[in-house]
Parts: sequence; C-alpha cells; structure tokens
Amino acid sequence: MNLILQIAKRILSAIPSLIGVVIVTFLLTRVLPGDTAAYFAGPAATPTAIEEVRKKLGLDKPLGAQFVAYVEALAHGDLGNSLTTGQPVTQDLAARLPASAELTLIGLIASMLISIPLGILAAVKQGSLIDHACRLIATAGVSLPVFFTGLLLVYVFYYLLGWAPAPLGRLDVFYSPPPTVTGFYLIDSLLAGDLETFRATAAQLALPAITLGLFALAPIARITRASMLSVLAADFIRTARASGLSARTVIITYAFRNAMLPVVTTLGMVFSFLLGANVLVEKVFAWPGAGSYAVEALIASDYAPVQGFVLAMAVLYILLNLLIDVAYGFIDPRVRLEG
Amino acid sequence: MDRRDFLKTSSAAAATAGLGIAAPAVLSPAKADARQETLLIVSESGPNNIDIQGVGTNVPGYEASWNSYDRLLTHAMKTEPNGTQYYDRDKIIPELAEDVAISDMSATFKLRKDATFHDGAPVTAKDVKYSLDRAVTVGGFPTFQMSAGSLTKPEQFVIVDDHTVRVDFLRKDRLTIPDLAVIVPCVINSELVKKHATDADPWGLEFTKQNEAGSGAYKITRWTPGSEVVFERNDSWKCGPLPKIKRVIWRMVPSAGNRRALLERGDADISYDLPNKDFVELKENGKLTIVSTPYSNGIQYIGMNVAIPPFDNLKVRQAVAATIPYQKIMDAVLFGLAKPLFGAAPGTPVTPTWPQPHGYVTDLAKAKQLLSEAGFPDGFETTLSFDLGFAGVNEPLCVLTQESLAQIGIKTTINKIPGANWRTELNKKTMPLFTNVFSGWLDYPEYFFYWCYHGQNSVFNTVNYKSPEMDRLIDSARAAAAIDDTAAYNKDVEGFVALAFHDIPRIPLYQPYVNVAMQKTISGYQYWFHRRLDYRAMVKG
Repeated sequence: MNLILQIAKRILSAIPSLIGVVIVTFLLTRVLPGDTAAYFAGPAATPTAIEEVRKKLGLDKPLGAQFVAYVEALAHGDLGNSLTTGQPVTQDLAARLPASAELTLIGLIASMLISIPLGILAAVKQGSLIDHACRLIATAGVSLPVFFTGLLLVYVFYYLLGWAPAPLGRLDVFYSPPPTVTGFYLIDSLLAGDLETFRATAAQLALPAITLGLFALAPIARITRASMLSVLAADFIRTARASGLSARTVIITYAFRNAMLPVVTTLGMVFSFLLGANVLVEKVFAWPGAGSYAVEALIASDYAPVQGFVLAMAVLYILLNLLIDVAYGFIDPRVRLEG
Repeated sequence: MDRRDFLKTSSAAAATAGLGIAAPAVLSPAKADARQETLLIVSESGPNNIDIQGVGTNVPGYEASWNSYDRLLTHAMKTEPNGTQYYDRDKIIPELAEDVAISDMSATFKLRKDATFHDGAPVTAKDVKYSLDRAVTVGGFPTFQMSAGSLTKPEQFVIVDDHTVRVDFLRKDRLTIPDLAVIVPCVINSELVKKHATDADPWGLEFTKQNEAGSGAYKITRWTPGSEVVFERNDSWKCGPLPKIKRVIWRMVPSAGNRRALLERGDADISYDLPNKDFVELKENGKLTIVSTPYSNGIQYIGMNVAIPPFDNLKVRQAVAATIPYQKIMDAVLFGLAKPLFGAAPGTPVTPTWPQPHGYVTDLAKAKQLLSEAGFPDGFETTLSFDLGFAGVNEPLCVLTQESLAQIGIKTTINKIPGANWRTELNKKTMPLFTNVFSGWLDYPEYFFYWCYHGQNSVFNTVNYKSPEMDRLIDSARAAAAIDDTAAYNKDVEGFVALAFHDIPRIPLYQPYVNVAMQKTISGYQYWFHRRLDYRAMVKG
C-alpha cells in the first residue's frame, strides 16, 4: 500500500516538469530558424504557394492560438502529424521507440555483462593488470565516437569478413517483421515461434548493440569499481572477512549488493542517455529508431515530431527514475523506509 | 592468393565454423529465388508522401508516384552515344491513351479500354478528368507545374465519352503537351479517392498520401516511412510491356559509406546518391556499372544579386566571372563528374541550345583590371552563401571560390544555410552572392529563361535580374515556339543566351551529373527528366 502511495506521489510530482517540457519544446521549435512552409512547399513554390502551405499547416495563426491547438490535441493523445514521414507522430513513435529501446536494452545488457564483472575485478584487485585493463577499456570506449566504432565494425565484420549481415536496419530485406505484440522483434518473433526471424533479428542487432555497448562500458565499469572500492573498505566487510566467510560470499553477497545502488542509478541514466543519443548508431546501421527520426525532423523544421519526441523522452525519463527508485527499495530496504 | 580471396575463404570458414551469426548463405532456397526476382535499391532518404499531388511531397515521393501511377502520355526512349537510354524530349507517346489527336486548340485522348486500377476498377474518362481537375486545383507545386504548360482551369478538361477525354488549350503553348507527360498529371482512381474525401479534405489528399490509388506497372504494397518502400509488379498492367522485375525493395540507408559497402558486397542492386568521390573510385575498380548523365536543363551556378551593390555594376560581375576557379572546381570538387559550362573558345557564336558553355575563364589579371575600372581597385567585402543540404559539393566549391576572390581583393565570409532554411533565404532575394542549382523538368531553353531571367521576377529569378531586352527576347521565343517558327525562335534563343552571358548575373559552372551505380547484372537503366529511377525497364540477371 505504502509503495503504491509512493508511486502515485512521484507521478504527481512529475506533472509540473511535464508541463514545463511541453511549453519549452513548443517555444524552442518555434524559435528554430527554418521555415516549415517554405521547405514543404517544394523547390518550385511561389510565395502564394508557400502561403497556402502555411495556412494548411496552421502556421499562419498567432503563436498563442497555435499553442492552444497543440495542447488541445495533446489532451486527446494527438501529437500532430510529421511532415517528413507524412504519418501521425504517435504512430511513428510507436513504431520507432521499440526499435530504439530494443537496441539500447541489448546494448546496455551487453555492456553490463562486461563492465560489471570488470569493475568488480578491478576493485578487488586494485592496481593489478586487470585494473589497468579496466581503465584502458573504459577510456577507449568513451573516447571513440560511436559513429566511428560503428563504421569500423561494419567495415571489418560486414565489408571485409562478411560475418555480419548487411547494415540494413532491423531485419534483412527478405524477412518480414513478426506480428507486432511488444514491438521488440526478438520477443515478437519468439512469441510467433519463428526462429529464423529471431536469428535474423539477433544478427542485425549484434553490431549496433556492440557499438552502443562499447560506449556505455565506461560509466558503468568506473562506477562499479568506485562503489565497490568504498564498500570493500567498510567495517562490515572486514567483519565478514574476519568471520571466515569465503571471498565469493563476501564480494558477491555482501559487497556487491551494497555497491549496487550507485550502479543502478548510473544504469538508469546511461539507458535514458543512450536512448536519445544513439542517433549516430541508428544512422550508421539504417536503424529506424526514434533518435534518427527526431534529428531528421529537426533538419526539416518539422515541429510536431520534435515536440513528440522530447515529450516521449521526458515521460520515459520520469518513468525510468520511478522504476529506479522502486528498485532501490528492494536493493536497500533503508531507502524504502525513508521514502 | 590476394587479400580479398583470402578474406572470402576465411569468412566462409568462419561461417561454417558457426562463428558467423548470420551469414547470408543460410537463406532458404525460396528466399534465394525471391532475391533473384527482387531489385534492392538503397538511397539516403525516402518519400514523405506517395501522391505527387499532395502537400509538400518530397523528391523521393516523385519516384513512388512515377512507378505506381500512369499518365496519359509519356516519352519514348532514345540511345545516347554512350549507350544510355535517355528520354526523347521530342517524341511523346501515349501511355494510358491509345490514340491522341492534336488539333489547333485542343487534344483528344482515346483511353485504353482494358486498363484497370490496382483495385480492379476500369480506368475511365471521369478518372482522367478528376485527376487533372485535382492537379490544377489543389494548389502548391502540382498546380504550379500544370500552369507551366498553360493548364490552369478544370473547364479545360472535357469528358467526351466513357473512354474519350478532350483537353482544351487556353492559348497556343508548345509546353502544354509535354506538361501532360510529367509526373504531376497522373491518373488517379477517382471512385476510391472520393470514398475517403471529407469536407475538410475534398480531394482525399490524406488518403492518397499513404495509400496508392493508381493503375501503374507497380503497386506499393508496403511503406514504412523513413525506412522502406516495397513495390510489387502489377501483372495486369496494359500500358506497356510487362516489367521483368517482380518486386522492388527500396531501403533508406542514411550512411553513404554503408551504401557503397552494400553495393560492393553485392547485397544492394542500385544506389544513386553517393558522393562524387565514391563514384569515381567505383568507376575505377570496375566491379559495378556506373552511369553518369548530365542533368537535362540544369546548371550549378554562382549567382550575384544585381539589386545589391556592388553587383549592380556589370564590370564587377564580369570581374567575378573571370575569377571563379572553374577547372579547380571540376577537378577537386566534382572529380570530373560534371559537364563543364565554361571556357568556350573566344569568338564562338552561341547556339540556340541551353545549357551551353560561356566564354569566361579564370584570368585574375583581367579580373583585377575590370574591378579597378568598376571603381573597386582594393576590392570589397561580401558574403558567399550556400545550402548545407548539399554541403558535399557546395562547401569545397565555395571555399575555392573564396580563395580565388581574395586574390583580387574581394573578401568573402562564407554563410552556411541549413537545408530547411535555404528556400526561405532564396525567396527573400537578399543574399548578395551564392551558389545554387536550377533544373527544369521541361527541357526547353525558354522554359529555363522564363523562370530564371524574366523580369516578371519569379521565385527562381534568384538574382533579381531585370532587362527589357531580355524580356522581349524570351517572350518572342515563346511566341515563335508556339507557332513553330524555327528561324525566329533560334534567333531569339541565341539572343537571350548571349545577353545572359554578357550581363552575367548568374555564372554557370557546370551541368551536374546524375550518377547511378548498379551491379553488372542489372540492365535497363533509363535517364528521365525527373532524374529518378523507372523500374519498368530494369532487368536483373
């Protein structure tokens, strides 16, 4: 009961920030230098044609009236229409967010599988070879731009070696997407019992997920290491060791569980950061994700998708933070009590 | 054993060893067959609307419309000296019509009786009238394009009987018939669209934006905006020989490097918007077929706004024209992939064609002298603007021009304008010095000049040029063309081209190329005035 109350409270407190996001994105997109009407009237447009387009798009109305219309539509769950794709923004985002989320999740999981053990080892054997390796990998991962690692991986594993499939988005052209249930092709293809599509999806995911994973290695590994170090220096670990518990029990059960809080916080931040920032990976792998969608819209001064994207990201961010807070409670009961 | 062979064998070994998570070799036989019958096109961007008559349909949208809709008329093909199939401007043939009778002030079209839309409904005269009415009424680009051929009023389109339509001419205009063969006047399934029309949207634009309602050789069966378009052949297409390719998959691959990799690995069949450098390298390594064709009626130019001093001074403009590093631009920016439009031998008479080379060459001494005569011995300062949307060519072009201008004392600041903003800036006509491309679908000199040089100051007269003599020559050429007076027409065209070169408000640099790279197994590429792909003649294997 307490938990539900806490969640409700958190959601309520998010409302002002959402209102802020709505107003700021609306104003920001209007300040953009481009003229939507001129862009979409086409290369052969006369000034009258541009005015006609402006009128059709409702951009001839004063800013206030446009904002009221926007909020009204928003209240009905309508994010407007994208001019670049010609579709309703809600539909576009519904199709593209799962693509981004699937890629980001897989990338994050891949990254965690490497960076958390690496961080723990680096902390346990501080100053050893593995600690230096951890530092090196983290530095390299964060300093290599993702489009570079992406292109390099494509060049090596697709162009030279031919191991990876063509970088053509979520599925090879000769497969059709599985029936949509979750929008995650990996899950949907399994639900449909289509192992061939599952394999094809996994193959398409491999390179972009590794690219993202490499980028996310650094923060997770470094935070794991730092947090483990401080916990390992704590009194209760010394006590545990003195009581003759095995090193494994001490490190995994006692130290790691206590070191997890900052790691989980970082994971949440890294996830939301990756979701928005994997634009370049999406571009390199022709991934039909939300990030590249928003950037394309921005280039075309296409307001609705940009607003929709920022809003969706804000909502996602709020939900994610909520989720992390709830997870805290399970990891560390003290947090629950204080909440 | 060379490196590539080694890598091939090692990758095959890896795949058999189970390392390759998805070597394409695991495709089932059915999928391999599908690959044989499918054309895979990769390009940077895709359509935003599959109806050319829609609001703000982008250029990739033209390709979708061209292949899935039919028009009354189309062009025959001719073979260029280099073997490329090129649309024949002067040979217009029936497409949905089976017979055309052109009289003095009207044209009568007899429709094919067996043509059907993709939903099975027959194509009738009322569909044709509906479509043409729609094109001249919806506003924006389609209506503008129709007006270029003096097609502006629904009353011009008359239903004679179920399979006969008459188009009445407003005035004698030799562009009227060619304008019926461009992409815009496509024939739309009127019953289907009317079902989806609303009071707010009487022409059903919202419906046709996402749903194709044509009778063309290909049906659009799937369209995922921003990622792919899938076309299936319409097996009951009657307006020409049945196309060979059963299915066309058009995927958007934003990274140029990956498009090239896809081509070189043999996974993609065609791509046509790679950087010039890539095309030159691909041409050299000879694994792919590369076809380069100059834009018809199109030029890249440096424009000088004659309403803004000091470009109102003829000698300043001529000085700039003698400063542009023409050959350097050809070599370093375009890697030779363009048709030069400069350096005609002195004293060469102009010909009644467009585009053609002008006589200016890079001659800094002469430029300096001209600039002194104009009263700017120490030069002046100005800005040079370009469209960032085409930065790959525009940026190095402007940097070279900037360097060259600095040598005669003209200091320029480069102003990079984002693609979305470019047209707004162009329409304002306040940029003193800029580079841009103009190309017309209709390949007639007077068409180009009417939009770009005429004193009516259309949006394309981006240099604000006005000259009564120019207007007289252009109007006279249009009048001569309408009554087929070749001698007078040629004289007028030579007159306005010579004047444009003398007054030089716009310095032509080159005719850009349309570069298409395809696998050796692909044939049947045709160059069209719209520069997009026509799938109907393509053959694989």
